[in-house]
Amino acid sequence: MNMIEIKNLIKTYDNRRVLDDINLSIKQGETMVIMGGSGCGKSTLLRHIISLARPDSGQILIKGQDITVMNEARLVEVRKRFGMLFQSGALLNSLTVGENVALPLVEHTKLDRKIISIIVKMKLELVGLTGFENLMPSQLSGGMKKRVGLARAIAMDPELVFYDEPGAGLDPITTAVVDKLIMDLTKKLGITSIVVTHEMKSAFRIADRIAVLYKGKVVDIGTPEYIRNSKHPYVNQFINGAPDGPEPLRRSKDDYLSRLTSFDED
Amino acid sequence: MTWQNNSFGSAIKKLSEVVNSTLYHVTSFALLNWQVIKLMSIGLVKPGKIFKRRHIFEQMFLMGVQSIPIVAVTSLFLGMTLAMLTTYTLADFGAEVWVAGLVGVGFTRELGPLITAIVVAGRVGASISAELGTMTVSEEIDALDTMGINPVRYLVLPRFIALLIMMPCLAILSDYLGIIGGYLISAMKLDMSFAYYKDLTIEALKLKDVFTGLIKSVSFAVIISMIGCYQGLIVSGGAEGVGQGTTKSVVNSLIFVIAADSFFTALFTYVIV
Repeated sequence: MNMIEIKNLIKTYDNRRVLDDINLSIKQGETMVIMGGSGCGKSTLLRHIISLARPDSGQILIKGQDITVMNEARLVEVRKRFGMLFQSGALLNSLTVGENVALPLVEHTKLDRKIISIIVKMKLELVGLTGFENLMPSQLSGGMKKRVGLARAIAMDPELVFYDEPGAGLDPITTAVVDKLIMDLTKKLGITSIVVTHEMKSAFRIADRIAVLYKGKVVDIGTPEYIRNSKHPYVNQFINGAPDGPEPLRRSKDDYLSRLTSFDED
Repeated sequence: MTWQNNSFGSAIKKLSEVVNSTLYHVTSFALLNWQVIKLMSIGLVKPGKIFKRRHIFEQMFLMGVQSIPIVAVTSLFLGMTLAMLTTYTLADFGAEVWVAGLVGVGFTRELGPLITAIVVAGRVGASISAELGTMTVSEEIDALDTMGINPVRYLVLPRFIALLIMMPCLAILSDYLGIIGGYLISAMKLDMSFAYYKDLTIEALKLKDVFTGLIKSVSFAVIISMIGCYQGLIVSGGAEGVGQGTTKSVVNSLIFVIAADSFFTALFTYVIV
């Protein structure tokens, strides 16, 4: 069965179609990388899958349940089963590292304090941060914050983990470490992973399949090998990092002369 | 001719934008209030699930206990000022004895709750919206949402309840210190003894004066905490947005506090006598 099934998803902001009829299915246990340039709608797509935003039309089925029509209470039940790693880690700055990782457990389970503290230690161990429980997030580096965020995301033993730009703002070595963690978790714990990124290197490293988004549409989808040899002109431009192509160098719809000689009314 | 049409058109457009955004804010603010009411009523049935005692106490300390010095100092000075002004005016009638009653009634009914609310709006309201605003900007609110933790329950409710409890306490403190301020001036200028001043104050005060003041301060607590939280949660656009949200929170709180004060004064003066 497919873990996630997205059907005809459409979202419009201010007359601009950010998501234009997206269809995507993600199998259980696979790592799906959603790739695309800035402003292609990949973050918006992620916000819809984790139901932080509601679509104009279309369905998002997680394990066969449509989350776009759910009420808050049922949504909470679904959300307990997935984890999310935010771009900056999104740790609560008023809590210690340990309290951050423990937060979902404290809020959603009736486990004893001691058991929670053991789980927290285990999760921190998994991301390679043993003994960091009592530090505050402000004392950590960007890469460490992200790793703590990852520990928090897997605190409830989710079946599904989302990653928003896991490599953003990290040096190549730390990026590789985070990528390795993602791969390990997926293999060891059998987690289904959805990774949103525009970094080619890590995308090809961790992906089972890659979906390329362009102007709110999925233009190509397949294994890393398939994407590397894709015939689609935009995918080609994206992978080779060419400045000009289907995505033009200059963003201008009007004629050059008329643009120069026009004056704004306001 | 054309520019006139244009400016008229753009004025209409601006007006409709203003109306639209006002409507939007009014409805979403009402929605936030509704969520708080709903959570409070669920909390009456299952308190353990909704109210986290630790969070509420933490906020009570931050909002209430830490506001004591500033509330105390401002109230003392305001009490002294009021006493000085009244002795100066009442001296013409030889009626300086009335200072005690005036300060007492003035503070318990009006100035105590009001000066507390103004100080708290500046200190606590600003800090609520700056904190929640920063959390919004750094995706912490989204993170709570995706963990299945309701941000309104986790963040708004403890602040709301904490201020609801602490505000009347601070108002009572302010009442006391205002009256002490009045006594200091009376002692210096009129050579009144403390016992005499106390008797005069108690004679002038009715229980109703104290109660109406406390009812006011509860309503101010609701205004300050809800506006602070709302302005924090709707922040967008980074550090600049947080700054704007904080400013709006303080300005709006002050406006609504003073409006509510006038409303309640009218209510207790003319309707419920």
